Amino acid sequence: MAKGVMIVAEQREGALRKISFELASTARKLADASGDEVSAVLLGSGVEKLAAELGKYGVDKVFVGDNAALEPYVTEAHAAVTAKIIKDNDPAIVLFGASVQGKDLSARVAAKLATGLATDCTDVKVDGGKLVCTRPMYAGKCFGEVVFTATPAMASLRPNVFPAAENAKAGAVTKVDAAVEAQKSKVLEVQKDTSGKVDLTEANVIVSGGRGMKGPEGFAILEELAAALKGTVGASRAAVDAGWREQKDQVGQTGKVVSPNLYIACGISGAIQHLAGMSSSKCIVAINKDAEAPIFTKADYGVVDDLFKVVPTLTAECKKLVG
Amino acid sequence: MNIIACVKQVPDTEAQIKVKGDGSGIEDGQIKWVMNPYDEFGVEEALRLKEKNGGEVTVVCVGPARAMETIRTALAMGADKGVHISDPALDNADAFVTASALAAVIKGLPHDIIFCGQRAIDDDAGQVGAMLAELLGIPQLTLVTKLEYAGSSVKVIRPIEGAQLSIETQLPCVVTAQKGLNEPRYASLPGIMKAKKKPVDVKNAAALGIATEAKAKVAKTIPPPARPPGKIVCGDEPEQKAAEVARLLREEAKVI
Repeated sequence: MAKGVMIVAEQREGALRKISFELASTARKLADASGDEVSAVLLGSGVEKLAAELGKYGVDKVFVGDNAALEPYVTEAHAAVTAKIIKDNDPAIVLFGASVQGKDLSARVAAKLATGLATDCTDVKVDGGKLVCTRPMYAGKCFGEVVFTATPAMASLRPNVFPAAENAKAGAVTKVDAAVEAQKSKVLEVQKDTSGKVDLTEANVIVSGGRGMKGPEGFAILEELAAALKGTVGASRAAVDAGWREQKDQVGQTGKVVSPNLYIACGISGAIQHLAGMSSSKCIVAINKDAEAPIFTKADYGVVDDLFKVVPTLTAECKKLVG
Repeated sequence: MNIIACVKQVPDTEAQIKVKGDGSGIEDGQIKWVMNPYDEFGVEEALRLKEKNGGEVTVVCVGPARAMETIRTALAMGADKGVHISDPALDNADAFVTASALAAVIKGLPHDIIFCGQRAIDDDAGQVGAMLAELLGIPQLTLVTKLEYAGSSVKVIRPIEGAQLSIETQLPCVVTAQKGLNEPRYASLPGIMKAKKKPVDVKNAAALGIATEAKAKVAKTIPPPARPPGKIVCGDEPEQKAAEVARLLREEAKVI
């Protein structure tokens, strides 16, 4: 019978990504409730040394698939090896990160195993021995509780939502056969964003601007505030469609759905599709001249005033406080 | 070229979503239905490839009777024909069932590139494209913002966290479209007139021989957690308000 919780760890260039620890801690919690084991899938080239780090966060056993063909990530190769490890070890639950890679991989693996997958979950629990996942739908306008009719039950977890806590376990390595067929896809180039900015989906602080920024140059003061708070600048659809900011900066139903600790909305009126994308943020500040703007219905702290006067002072004050 | 564009009909992004009292789903009476915005990018890219290289674009859609409007929209944009998979047994289809239905149809059609939206903005699952690729046994390229066609292969750009990947894949393959891929056209009036005469084949689940039970079921739909009412920060001057916000974030919310 299917038993235990398996996570599919994510690493890039020999370093585990933060979501891997969030997965390990969450899996540990689920497994402890039934006295089960946590295992992990770890694929790449020369990645065995990372197993101990997973152990630190509660993983008992790590299945290491080492093969140069698995680096960098290619969907079909990773899916083949991951699905084989799942089949051979028969876990009841498999958790992925709802990162770009995790989403790409989890859906392919679920189809290979003809099982169900809940994407981008914000809560997971075991109820009567079965996994129940809570996940936003309609970009957070409502939530669904998902149950499974096939095994294993698979879920991807939204980054930044589940705490990662150290809880040392063995992290014992089991090497697995990671041979793959010749691949039809090839990564030609990885062009890194050298700005050093954290991606919106992984940022702890987001400072977003909308139509009220009046133009691309208006975002300079938001960049300064974001820098003071070690955050990332986001934008509303209006600002992106106007060409003021890049598409990757867009927060909302047709952009990124984010859940930082702090979201500061500047000059954003709060179209429903934007609110959907940011309302799961832990603390929301809205700065807008229009006291009737819908953004204030979601804000923990609202400032009704001229953002061009408020933001620079806020930046200076934050610098003083954060140091 | 034989190009497939998969489309879904979804509530407009500005739609208010109200959960039914018994948690069995959403109230859909007042909703304005549109083509999933990410699918529009897929249809547009399919049309551009056809216009440049010749060939045919087939639109495939899983959805209830009303979804025919979305198929007609794609035909009005310039697609050549449609397949509508419509069956009450598919009303609660999850991504696996939907992908199985699409795969059953597409297996019987010549295909070089299959476009899907990177996700549908209703259930936000983002699984169908990858599942479809697996069921057809072909490569997938998800979240694509740029595509160059080169005969037997394509080269695409896909953004990941903190980087952009350039990937080359042999055809046939599934491409899931991300915003930025193109600017979808509006259907022209002559396009709308012509679309009415274009063929749409309607199929049910039995004709496709697929199982319709969802592997992942939404057992209950719930409204989002209510946020406690916020406070409007007071002060005579904007600078005072700014200082007060900084203090509140530090001392009360403890987020900075």
